[in-house]
Amino acid sequence: MFGKLTLAAVPYHDPIVMGAVVGSLLGALAVLGLITYLKKWPYLWCEWLTSVDHKKIGIMYIILSLIMLLRGFSDAIMMRAQQAMAVGASPGFLPPDHFNQVFSAHGTIMILFMAMPFLSGLMNIVVPQQIGARDVAFPFLNAVSLWLSVAGALLVMVSLGVGEFSKAGWSGYTPLTELAYSPDTGVDYWLWSIQISGVGTLLTGINFLVTIIKMRAPGMTLMRMPLFTWTALLTNILIIFAFPMLTAALLMLSLDRYLGMHFFTNDLGGNTMMYINLFWTWGHPEVYIVILPAFGIYSEVVATFSRKRIFGYTSLVYATAVIMFLSFAVWAHHFFTMGTSANVNIFFGISTMVIAIPTGVKVFNWLFTMYKGRVRMTTPMLWTIGFLTTFVLGGLTGVLMSIPPADYVLHNSLFLIAHFHNMLIPGTLFGFLAGFAYWFPKATGFKLDETWGKRSFWCWLIGFYMSFVPLYVLGFMGMPRRMQHYDNPAWQLPLIIAAVGTLIIAAGIGCMLMQLFVSFMNRKANADTTGDPWDGRTLEWATASPPAVYNFAVIPEVRDIDAFWDMKERGVAYERPERYEDIVMPKNSWHGFVLGVVAFVFGFAVIWHIWWLAAVTTLGMIAVVTARGCADDLFMVIPAKEVARIEDARVRPALHGAAR
Amino acid sequence: MKRNTASAFAAVLGLCALAALSGCSELALLDPKGPIGEAERRLIFIAFGLMLIVVIPVIVMAVWFPHKYRESNTEAEYAPKWSHSGRIELVMWLIPMVIVILLSTLLWIETHRLDPYKPLAAPDKQLPVEVVSLDWKWLFIYPQQGVAVVNELVFPAGMPLAFDITSDTVMTSFFIPRLGSQIYAMGGMRTKLHLLADTEGEYVGQNQQFSGAGYPDMFFPARAVSQAGFDAWLQKVKASPDKLDMARFDELRKPGLAAGPVYFSKVEPGIFEAILGKYDPMTKQGSPQPAGHSGHGGYGGQGGHGGQTGHQGHGQ
Repeated sequence: MFGKLTLAAVPYHDPIVMGAVVGSLLGALAVLGLITYLKKWPYLWCEWLTSVDHKKIGIMYIILSLIMLLRGFSDAIMMRAQQAMAVGASPGFLPPDHFNQVFSAHGTIMILFMAMPFLSGLMNIVVPQQIGARDVAFPFLNAVSLWLSVAGALLVMVSLGVGEFSKAGWSGYTPLTELAYSPDTGVDYWLWSIQISGVGTLLTGINFLVTIIKMRAPGMTLMRMPLFTWTALLTNILIIFAFPMLTAALLMLSLDRYLGMHFFTNDLGGNTMMYINLFWTWGHPEVYIVILPAFGIYSEVVATFSRKRIFGYTSLVYATAVIMFLSFAVWAHHFFTMGTSANVNIFFGISTMVIAIPTGVKVFNWLFTMYKGRVRMTTPMLWTIGFLTTFVLGGLTGVLMSIPPADYVLHNSLFLIAHFHNMLIPGTLFGFLAGFAYWFPKATGFKLDETWGKRSFWCWLIGFYMSFVPLYVLGFMGMPRRMQHYDNPAWQLPLIIAAVGTLIIAAGIGCMLMQLFVSFMNRKANADTTGDPWDGRTLEWATASPPAVYNFAVIPEVRDIDAFWDMKERGVAYERPERYEDIVMPKNSWHGFVLGVVAFVFGFAVIWHIWWLAAVTTLGMIAVVTARGCADDLFMVIPAKEVARIEDARVRPALHGAAR
Repeated sequence: MKRNTASAFAAVLGLCALAALSGCSELALLDPKGPIGEAERRLIFIAFGLMLIVVIPVIVMAVWFPHKYRESNTEAEYAPKWSHSGRIELVMWLIPMVIVILLSTLLWIETHRLDPYKPLAAPDKQLPVEVVSLDWKWLFIYPQQGVAVVNELVFPAGMPLAFDITSDTVMTSFFIPRLGSQIYAMGGMRTKLHLLADTEGEYVGQNQQFSGAGYPDMFFPARAVSQAGFDAWLQKVKASPDKLDMARFDELRKPGLAAGPVYFSKVEPGIFEAILGKYDPMTKQGSPQPAGHSGHGGYGGQGGHGGQTGHQGHGQ
């Protein structure tokens, strides 16, 4: 009846896990209780859960991402604390079973359930507005993507309290993840949570590629697209080419685990290195999937807050495109030590190094955008400067490891851990946080508090150096990654410093939460009435904050890279058109949300081998999709009169703001 | 606020540097004991230096530009439309290119020179050692001497070593940091590694690739001794009553830790090839049963070095 699921799957005996489970459950119950108390269920259902509005979907993605950031970061604190303690005879507080789950969950969550939803969220909020579109190409598909991502994230969370998560690392190397070596359900949680959210990501990629190619405002040629849109375009191409490889690799691993096949086993002709190759043919482009949009954000932020046109636009576009292509030709640098011939390693080493050229060019472009500008030190700008100074160090260590003989000693050491965190924290996360602060007023209608934002930035930056410089040193001391305990007492001091650094980052996250709270309480004072709080340059600042459901009452005409700046200069930015027209928008739909719920139950059923439930939910998913396909009342019409009313209400204060 | 944070920042960096210096002799990769490790250290230094040519100016500009062109400094030049300069763009493409070309040349030469598969001496002048990684221990077979050892590697200093490496479990990575290069150990596959220790001493050997519950205990001493010391050690191994054949090996490969070194005075000839071949469907009569991590003895059941008796069993 319940497959492999028994009551023994709940880890009652582990106080740490149970604490986390009870804490999460209480948090969830508190939120649900509050919604019930405030009688907000109908509002939540009608305005959010069933919404196909890209702006609301974007906000929900970012909420998901921030929740998962808290979860993934708790894992980080636990790892650092364990390693600060567990020297010699001291076992620390996490047994190997638990520690191995913690680092596996940390990686999986931070890449797939923190960075990816954050990226999707920012793309959702910004891209359609930047290109002067009223929505994405496939609004319903967009909702499906969101709810599949949520289903995957929920499976990871459930693994806390029911059974366990994978103990084989976020990359799930075979044959450790094969049934012979990992017979329990942990690996299955990892597999299915990634598979389900991966489908959502692939759909997002297709959706936004089509949106950017087909739905740009008249006059917006490719070489007039804002740089965030450019990076989003290239990232979506990467998603479309890379994610199917991950899906295929994980599917083959599932066949091994569920049907006893031998794709990646040691025996019967399986080839474990094939999995590792397939994983990284996705895994390396994935690095650029999460970092290219961050590059786009820096480009937007640096131009806006230097009050200057971006330097070398064409260079930046070509550099980004070159990075996109090269990202598919470097995957083997993740395993130079596999024993391939020197020439193979040389090919992948040099192709990796070549990526440093366009990346360096981009850095110079950002620097020369500030040159002869008028730089405003706002929070997004601080994140950008923090990125520029810190990221180059990560680039340096990255190029160092692209030299195979150097990698032969640095591979899989804490030096490697420090390196990729040095890319992903200042590169991706700082960028997303800069974008978060930059576009927050656009999404919500009020600005974030600057004081708490700056406090958060300094804590993050100092905490980052303190956490990861010791790890670089430990790499030279020969310490491998993923050690639950160790005997070398010399490793302890740097690990203690790193643990303290993590606490400083924790303070930075605390400041972020405080910032959200303070800003929300002062939302009236910080309100953005003009829709253009930063004196922006691109089209998203031409809409209201938050934008009307249709974004643009009249589709703007684009004449310049900085389309909105150009409109402001020509004095047409706030011009009232002679007449408005009816606008057709997609209607809300329950199908996306329900599909996500059913997919979640399907994932749970497959993980626990509850076959009847898996069959029922499969049919359920087919039924939901069929129901959606048969629905014909899909659109609503916003009459011209209503549009005029909404626009008049916002253009007047905007003009007032512009005059000021 | 800003000045304070800046000085706090400097203090943190200083602290990190101090931590680095305090353990200078502990920096295994910067204190190598053999020519491979030394060449790799030199390579790291050269590459590091070359890259600083770009990295330092970038960091300086990233701090200096926003400071000089800050909004309150109305003296500074303001050119809101200036967004292109052929000369600057040429330099910004060229400088990274030149450095990458230099580094790539270095990469090409050194990757060939430091190829782990390249022998360091003629076949009769080196000591062959066959390495099998197990859950969670290392088996070293000395085919010329006809002995085998678990979790202890002893060899004469100055003698080039030729390792043949495989795994009879999940993938691991064989690494002695002070001697240089590591290489993966994979089931059914043979990898090769050539190392040399210049000076006598005891170095730490380890598994550099996560391999399950017992992974943090896969350390072994790698001792470079004199020729006389090596001969004496061989005598000690040969005095052991324990012999290694396939049946004994099957016992050995069960998941668990080894309690200190285990010596085998005799080794069934060709056992390394047999371990390699058992995963090959063409040479094997029946399908091998991988020893599941869960079913057998379990983690910590055999004691272990370092006194980690408190660990829990692995798997349910």
